Order: sequence, then structure tokens, then C-alpha cells
Amino acid sequence: MTRFIERHPAWALIALIAVALLLWLILAVWPPGLEEAIGRKRVFLNAVLNGITLGALYFLVASGFTLIFGLMRNVNLAHGSLYLFGGYVGYAISVWTGSWILGFIIAFVAVALVGIVLQIAVFRRMEGQDLRQTMVTIGLSIVFADLMLWAFGGDFYQIQTPSWLIGPVELPLVTAVKSSGEAVYLRYPLVRLVIFVAAIVIGIVMWLALNRTRVGMMVRAGVDDRDMLAATGVPIQLVFVAVFALGAGLAGIAGVVGGTFQSISPGEDTRFLLASLVVVIVGGMGSIPGAALGAVIIGLAEQLGSVYIPTYAIVVTFLIMVLVLALRPQGLLARR
Amino acid sequence: MFRSCAGLVALSTLLLSSAAIAQEKIKVGVTATLEGTYTVLGEDGIRGHQTAINTFGKKVGDKELEFIIASTDATPDSAVRAVRKLIEQDKVQILLSPLSGDEGIAVKNFAKTRPELTFINAASGAQETTYVDPSPNFFRYNMDGAQWQVGLGKYAYETKGYRKIATVGEDYSFIYTQVFGLVLEFCGAGGQITNRQWVPLGTKDFASVIAALPDDVDAIYLGLGGADAVNFLNQYQQAGGKAHLMGGSIMVDQTILSAKGNAKNALLGTIAASGQADTWEDPGWQKFVKAYQDAFPPNKRFPSPSLLATNYYGSTMALILALRQVNGDLSNNQAKFKEALAKIELDAPNGKIKLDSNRQAIGTNFVTEVVDDGKGALFSKVVKVIPNVNQTLGYDPAVFSKIGLPSRTVPECKKY
Repeated sequence: MTRFIERHPAWALIALIAVALLLWLILAVWPPGLEEAIGRKRVFLNAVLNGITLGALYFLVASGFTLIFGLMRNVNLAHGSLYLFGGYVGYAISVWTGSWILGFIIAFVAVALVGIVLQIAVFRRMEGQDLRQTMVTIGLSIVFADLMLWAFGGDFYQIQTPSWLIGPVELPLVTAVKSSGEAVYLRYPLVRLVIFVAAIVIGIVMWLALNRTRVGMMVRAGVDDRDMLAATGVPIQLVFVAVFALGAGLAGIAGVVGGTFQSISPGEDTRFLLASLVVVIVGGMGSIPGAALGAVIIGLAEQLGSVYIPTYAIVVTFLIMVLVLALRPQGLLARR
Repeated sequence: MFRSCAGLVALSTLLLSSAAIAQEKIKVGVTATLEGTYTVLGEDGIRGHQTAINTFGKKVGDKELEFIIASTDATPDSAVRAVRKLIEQDKVQILLSPLSGDEGIAVKNFAKTRPELTFINAASGAQETTYVDPSPNFFRYNMDGAQWQVGLGKYAYETKGYRKIATVGEDYSFIYTQVFGLVLEFCGAGGQITNRQWVPLGTKDFASVIAALPDDVDAIYLGLGGADAVNFLNQYQQAGGKAHLMGGSIMVDQTILSAKGNAKNALLGTIAASGQADTWEDPGWQKFVKAYQDAFPPNKRFPSPSLLATNYYGSTMALILALRQVNGDLSNNQAKFKEALAKIELDAPNGKIKLDSNRQAIGTNFVTEVVDDGKGALFSKVVKVIPNVNQTLGYDPAVFSKIGLPSRTVPECKKY
């Protein structure tokens, strides 16, 4: 951080001003002139929060994707299918048992198992052949998509939010002040906040696991130099399987989250594959903090775009990707 | 969880292949949105189509009808691709297509390149399809989106007392047409539209759209369909929304009213208008509902046919009856068949239908209100029946043409 400020004082100043401006926009009561110019504060605050919570969902999908890439140099283009499969499993379980939480656990386990099978049966056989692996995953994603269409049909499924999560809560953010001087606080859907917190917890646990545990050390070592790690006697294949299972399982969890606050249907697989590709390209391939940053940027861009420039909202995310590729092709937070 | 439509398609092909081989066949291509946002609508459309085949049979004189189904995803290019495939690979002579608004405009334009064939619109309802530069071989037996809103504006203004409303709609031709019909009538009665929001078809995250809904309106009009409508209602409920709602023709429809989950309950009491009403007492309608219910097991259909099922039923009915009138004669570029289609008057389940000079339906419209049947199922209850609704909505054609074509901002909120 300090090094960044030393090396780019101008950029650091601009970033500081932007952050201060954003904080002011979020915390202060807007003067009437501003409300006239860009609309009500409630809309802005909602869009920001929606962007961040949507970013949490993108992070769940993209973190598994980037973890697998970081360790195995394997661009798993079937990652979207794992997301969709997780959503369907979560739906089936939550309908069958009536438990939302159980849906998460079983979706994680089921999709992680699929990941293990994929790693053992497919990727281990073509280790080190990046292009072949990528082509195979494209093929697999098409096969999975058709299998799921066959089993679940083209219908859209929505996972029931448990009753204790339905409805809004009041946040300590003032959106407006009534003429009587009474402050109006922001009301926001509880379920999105819970999912956001859960994503942060998962992110922190992953960061701790990677940076503070022995297994995490092996994974990091594997990211840096796979061959050298294998030469020290670490059962590298086991680490690969574990990481693939974790990455796939996270996509499964994301599927349940997506099915809860949006819905799942055929086509969602490619949508989320595309989203996670954009997220990791912006954030930096193989970097977990990069995935988090990229996810929040893309989520915010989508939501703010849909409010303030609805016609061009779809273009904004790709514009960001193009900009990042042009100015910092390795991604914002990539190490190399 | 295996879906009905795959089985349905398999079943119909099976039945067809076992039918008399020596007989001459008339091939009909059918498209429906069996993928994407409008999947549920497409599936029920095919159920309506199947119900019509059950009712009227597939025999035309000594010929047998063969139906080939192709899937689209509500985008115009997917519809044209499906239609091309049906014509070029399957060699169909008649098309029953398409389902959705933008698809309709594209297929109508494509129809001009194949003047020898006949195109019967299955369910699409954009105004432009038959109003602007119509194709002589394209016939539409359902009303357009604006006709389907007739009665709603007045009912909202006069009976419900709504003075200011805002609209949220999917950003494409059919919903433009629906809002067009609503605005003309509501603003004509003296109402105000404060805000028109447009969202892309297939939007998943409506949270920001919901946040941007104005508070100071009497009601919010929703022009959404399929997955979009369910997503919207789900997130609307999560956000604690409480406004009065008004619905478009595919919003208050069995495709949404019987969706899984309880988000649909936000629609209770919502007023809407459409080319049908679930609880209409008319014997013809009741007979159709019974035929639909008998044709499929309860878990493979809706409690009552959706607007799409009714439209596919009507268009299939027109096709079979007109073909019978000419005894299956498709010679001379299907001239006799086209003539019969243009003249035919249908006694459809949702009222009498005849075509105008643009081959666009003139039919009956219904204003409805969503009610609970006491067992948790939602239905649209008839409030008002309006017969003989034509494409210019009762306006003088010269006046109507000055309003402009439905778009994001047309028509203006004023009395024309």
C-alpha cells in the first residue's frame, strides 16, 4: 500500500478522493440539487448495496474458478455447469426436506463429488495440456447442459427463501429527512444481506486456510512451482483433487444462492461462466483477493448501470474488461 | 421432474410415425419458446396446440396432418432460424409460428420471402406484425398486445380510482404494444403515467429496478412475463413491496399465477386485462378448459389454460378448420387455403374471432381481477367482457395512425 502511494502519488490521491466522495454519497443526506440531478438517494443506495450483494454471488462462483486455475492452470469452462447443477440439487433438497440450509450442505457435497470425478477421470489424464483440457471442458459443459435440460426441463426454478429471511430490514443509513425533521432510514431485503455476510465469511475462511494452514501452504507452493512441490514429496495429486472439490463445491453453493435470490434455468450456466471469466480477468487469474475485487466491481457496474444508463448496462461490464485488458492485462491484483 | 413437453413431442412423433404410411401428408411446422425466459409459456402453448389436435383431429379429407415442433428462445433470430429449419429441412408447407412479439415481426418479414407458403401466427402480439407493411401470407387469429389491454385503463381510473401510475416492462415490442394500449386508455380517461421503466428480457436481478419504483403513485403496472415476472415478484416480496399492482396479459396469467413458491401472492387483487379470463362462465370456454384438463395429468399442466394455450388452440383450430373447408387443397401456391383462412370466422373458446383486411384478429377482451379459489390457487376473475375489439382500438384509422408505433416513449400520455 505504502509502496503504491510512493510510486504513484497522483493515482493514490485520485483514489482517495473517489473513496471519500463515495463515502459522502452513502452517508450524507443529499442536498436537493443533487437529488434533482441524479435522482433520489434511496435508488442510489439500493443500487450500491445490490451491486455489492450481487458481487458476493459472483465472488462465490469466481473464487472456485480462480482457485482451480491458480493451482492447476486449468481453465475449467464447465464451471458454469457446476453452478447450475448445484442450484438444481439445492432446489430438489430444499423441496424434499423443507430445509434451506440443508440444501447448501448437500449441494456443496454433491457438486464437490462431481468435481472430484472430473479431476480424477478427466483432468489427471491430460495434465499439463492446457489447450486439450480447455477444449474438453467446453465439450463437457455442453453435455452437462443437455443432461440437465433432459432431467429438469426448460422450466425456471426458484428456491424458497425461509420465512425468517423474507422481508426488509432497516439499515442505519439515512436516505432522506422528512419535513418534520424525522430521518427516513433505508429498508433493504434481509436475505441479500445474509448472503453477503456469508460470502465474506467464506472469503475470509478461504484466505485464512490458504495463508495460515499447512494445506494452504502446499497449495500456495503448488501455485508457485508445481514440479518443485511434487519433488519434495507432497502428494500433489491429492492436493489437486482437494482444491478441485473445494472450487466445485463453492460453485454448487453459489448455485443455491443464485436460485434463492434470482432463479435457475438452462442458460444460467453460460451466464455465470461468462460472469466469472470477466471477474477473474478483471481481478487477475488465480488470485482470491482479485476475484473479490473483480466481483464487486462487476456487480456494482451491472447494478449502477441498470439504474443510471439502462440502455447500455450490458456493455458496461465488458467495457471494464476491455479497459483492464488494455491497461493492466494481468488483472488488477495479479501477482505476476 | 421430467418435463411434459419432451414427452409430448416424443408422443406426437410416435403417433405420427405409426399413422397410415401410404396416406398423403400435410406437413405443418410449429415453433414455441421452449428455451429461455419464456420456456413455461412455450410449453403451455404446445399443450394448447395438442388440445386442439385432440378436439379437431388430424384428418383433412383423405390427408393427414403432420406437426413438427421446433424450439426458439423469444429472440427474433432464433425464430427465423427455427422457421428456416422447418421449411428447408423438414419441408413443411404451413407454419404455425411464433410465440413472442419480436419473433412475430421477424417471422412476418421472413414470410414475405416465401410467398408460396402460409404462415399462421401462433401467439405473438406485437402491433407492428400486422399493422405495418403486413405480409399477404401471414394470418393472426389472436389480438395484439394493445387490444389485450382494452378496458383496463378505464377500469383502473373509474372503478379503482387510480390517478397516477408507473409502469415496469420488458424492453421489447410486445410489451411496448401492451403499454401503448394501456396508456391510450388510461391517459385518455384523465390518468397520468409518471414513469416508464424498461428492463431487458431475461433480467435476473430486479433489486435496483424495485428500488427505483416511485412511492407517490396509486398503482404500478407490470408488463413482465415468464421467469422475469416470477423473479420480479420474488424480489419485490423480499424488498417488502406493498403497492397496488396492475398486470399485463402475460403477467396475470396461469404461467405466473401457478408458479411454485409464494411470491405470486403479491398479485392477489391485481387488476389486469387479457384475451381470456380463467373463470369465465361461457360454455365454450368451460368446454375448452375441461378438454385441456383432461388432456394432461394435473402435475403436467396448469390448473387452467394460460393465454398461450388459448392462442395456440385458436391458431391450430383456424388451421385445421380452414384446411377442411378446402379439403386439404394446397395447389396453386395454397391460394384456396389462404382465401379460406382470410374469411373464416372462429368460434374460439375466448369468444368469436374474425380477421380484418390486414389479416389481424378482431375479438373479445376481458378485464380481470386476481382471486384466490380458497385452496391457495390463484385465478383471474372476469370483471368486464368487451366484444369486437379491433386493432385500431375503436379509434378512427386516420387518428390512430398519427399516434405512432408503440415504443419506449410512444404514445404520449394525452388524449388523442
